Amino acid sequence: MKNCYVARSPMVAARELGGDMVIMTAVNSNLFTLNEVASLIWKSADGATPLREIVEERICAEFDVDPELALADAEQLVKELLERGLVVVADRPVGSELKP
Amino acid sequence: MTALMEELNARARQLGVPFNVHLDVTYRCNERCVHCYLDHDDHGEMALDEIKALLDQLANAGVFFLTLSGGEVLMRMDFFDILRHARKLMFNVKVKTNAFMIREKEADLFRELGVQTVQISIYSHRAEVHDAITKLPGSLRRSVAAIRLLKSRGLNVTMANVLMRQNLNDYAGVKALAGELGVQVMTDPTITPKMDGDRSVLSMGLRSTQLDNVFRDAELVGNVDEFCAPPQPADDAVLDGIPCSAGHSYCYISPYGDVYPCVQFPLPCGNVRKQEFLDIWRQSRQLNEVRSIRARDLPTCSSCSHVGSCTRCPGLAYMEGNMRGPSSLDCEKSSARTGIPSANMIAKALHSPSQDAMNSTLVPMPGLNLVQITTLT
Repeated sequence: MKNCYVARSPMVAARELGGDMVIMTAVNSNLFTLNEVASLIWKSADGATPLREIVEERICAEFDVDPELALADAEQLVKELLERGLVVVADRPVGSELKP
Repeated sequence: MTALMEELNARARQLGVPFNVHLDVTYRCNERCVHCYLDHDDHGEMALDEIKALLDQLANAGVFFLTLSGGEVLMRMDFFDILRHARKLMFNVKVKTNAFMIREKEADLFRELGVQTVQISIYSHRAEVHDAITKLPGSLRRSVAAIRLLKSRGLNVTMANVLMRQNLNDYAGVKALAGELGVQVMTDPTITPKMDGDRSVLSMGLRSTQLDNVFRDAELVGNVDEFCAPPQPADDAVLDGIPCSAGHSYCYISPYGDVYPCVQFPLPCGNVRKQEFLDIWRQSRQLNEVRSIRARDLPTCSSCSHVGSCTRCPGLAYMEGNMRGPSSLDCEKSSARTGIPSANMIAKALHSPSQDAMNSTLVPMPGLNLVQITTLT
């Protein structure tokens, strides 16, 4: 998963509120909040940037954290987001937005 | 409402974030509902580019819940362009519609664009009643067909069932229809004055005795004893509380760009064609006045036994002449629900010159017959 591409699902609603990300799924109206670090990964999940690069360039640049540990945590987060239908994961770049 | 949702709303209020915005994209409509509060002529609604720019501003302001309504949203040929832009900005979108114009293609688009909820107005399970209210022949058949299409695509659909004298006996039938279609139904006995202040439509609202019966129907309210329980004494938390989210984490924007505290609160606070939305939200004198009001500031309602449980709408109070005053429609509901007259009803009765001889009957006590009070006022 380290080199996977992660894109926000187009079937969710999301907005930042006081540093946290609020997300709701369209299908079953499940509501989630992400903390500051998870929110940063969420916002960076553009489907064009590999997860490893997101962690290295966004997380490690902003937080004093061991890169390998951060990557392991990020992988776990992406796995959980995937299980809840909040992201799409692929081994090649993937679209994250609705087509304008 | 879930605990998490309550927490998020509280946080939005604390941060001054407009978390929830209702945007009417048009007042035009293909139906002519007898109780409608709107003027359906187009007096210069915002163009697509204006609405897109507004949506950009709303997203930047932190709006999460976006209700797109009207009029009938599908009267706009560009509605799906608006919806697509809104979803691109990741709003949680609820669409209110009469669904008359929803066919396969529209249902597909609602699904494709990830709409959270589609709310559809259904007044009766009987076409002769529903269509007489909408004044559009065939409207019930078309709306129900649309619900089936939307449900078949996995969309969340709710029915809005406004109760009035014309359809009072049909809410059980609507509930059964909702059950058959697999959708939720929200029943509401609130008829509101027209936006221009015309109160004539209120004559269609339920009489007190009718409300009394509705509030005691377990099929509708659940636990009747709980729902109709006498109000509890108000504590400081109640008196220091805000009346509702209007102006705090919620506001309404008309098709002409006018910003109001709520769709039922026609106090103009600014216009997004002249000012940035966030400037209006943060600096509007009117919005700040609305925000400043606490229950203990309400001259009549703060001393009313219902203050902690009343559904008092500050917008309806404003339409009666004073945003800090009582909302008589909500007084009637509180009274019908509990059998206890509100402070406003008692005051009105006491000040009615023709009723001086009957004042001795106006002691606010549990079980006092609502009909007596209504007659007196």
